Amino acid sequence: MIDHKELYQHYRKLLIEHMERKSEKTLYNGQLFSRQMMENGVSPEDVLSLHIDVIKEFYPHMDEKFQSAFDFLLEAMIGYGLAYREHQNLRYKQRQLESEIDIAADVQQSLLVGEVPHYDFLDIGVISRPAKRMSGDYYHFVKDEQNCLSVAIADVIGKGIPAALCMSMIKYAMDSEPEQRTKPGAVLENLNRVVEQNVDPSMFITMFYGLYNESQHRLYFASAGHEPGFYYSSNKDEFQELIAKGRVLGLDRSTKYREYEKNIDVGDMVILFSDGVTECRTEKGFIERDEIVRLIRQRMHLSSQEIVDGVYKELERLQDFQLRDDFTLIILKREV
Amino acid sequence: MNLNILHEKKVDGGELLTISGELDAYTAPKLKETILPLVDVERASVTLDLKDTDYMDSTGIGVIIAAYKQSCKRNGTLVVQNLTPRVSRLFDITGLSEIITIDDIKKEETT
Repeated sequence: MIDHKELYQHYRKLLIEHMERKSEKTLYNGQLFSRQMMENGVSPEDVLSLHIDVIKEFYPHMDEKFQSAFDFLLEAMIGYGLAYREHQNLRYKQRQLESEIDIAADVQQSLLVGEVPHYDFLDIGVISRPAKRMSGDYYHFVKDEQNCLSVAIADVIGKGIPAALCMSMIKYAMDSEPEQRTKPGAVLENLNRVVEQNVDPSMFITMFYGLYNESQHRLYFASAGHEPGFYYSSNKDEFQELIAKGRVLGLDRSTKYREYEKNIDVGDMVILFSDGVTECRTEKGFIERDEIVRLIRQRMHLSSQEIVDGVYKELERLQDFQLRDDFTLIILKREV
Repeated sequence: MNLNILHEKKVDGGELLTISGELDAYTAPKLKETILPLVDVERASVTLDLKDTDYMDSTGIGVIIAAYKQSCKRNGTLVVQNLTPRVSRLFDITGLSEIITIDDIKKEETT
């Protein structure tokens, strides 16, 4: 807290300077003073009362009407003082909330960021960026004893904290059923029951789940209403939609998920993403899926990680660096 | 962009909601407030016309799912009609088109 006497002397000095040598500089000192007062939590009516005290010192015989007018102004300023204190209070609470969100975001980050496994036969690239502080997108990779890779990508409806909380639930539900990892349809059926039981009726989750079998070089997969990815065939040099039908998680308790499979040859790619990639909006409208294919094609000579980074940077630029939705893009490329 | 909801009574006594504009995270709560009380009535018949819905994101789908679930609980019917190609694709991907009745009648008679 500032000492009242000191404050009085300081204000008095500035005011005299201004009254005697009126200039831009002396006026500007007033501005600096108000900033200093705000930093120290001095309210507007306290500054006004300071002003009245200094004036009274100079003009001890001030007209009584002037004095009354000052008293009136002081009363009129009290509302501003209250608003100012409320603002201070809210700022304090906001800082508290922000630091809680920071902690939550860190916790989420540590849940989300699993290590990307390394394989000689498969080049994996992944990028995941939240639109706000916390993400409703989720991905995971698990390498099992048979050298199979399970890959999941999920998108919780909405953004921010509610989506992030829901995502954490999915993460734990998946971790608790390791024995089912090899059956994509069964994984989704179980998760569907978890989501249906535990989540608000308007909340739902889309998910793609795949299992890459190394000995067969075949991808087994199922989808719960997730935005279809792409499959790139190096033989035909063409991109196809990786179609898998299935209802979103949380819609209907008894949903069964069909399992699909695809042979993966050397040079083939599997591209998975969240709808934050296809819902990119620019001044000209939405980015079409063909545009995503074009961006990937331009970078096919690069590693999977360089491709996803490059596509992200390009789409971020097209949206003026403002992501509207959480963004996750995964590429698996068979090397040998 | 805004969302406008026109609420009318159909000749058969059912409720008709015509949505125009964009249905996204900002506007979806408005539809939620309007549609949930309508489907929360025993054997209610509610039709959602989306012919002027230019854009819908997953939050919009979430509201329709919530309305569908509530309507099932109360033995009612929820019909969605006149989907634009973009919205229709979203219904197909999410599997909603398999469980919700979709009509393509261009204009229903209203009272």
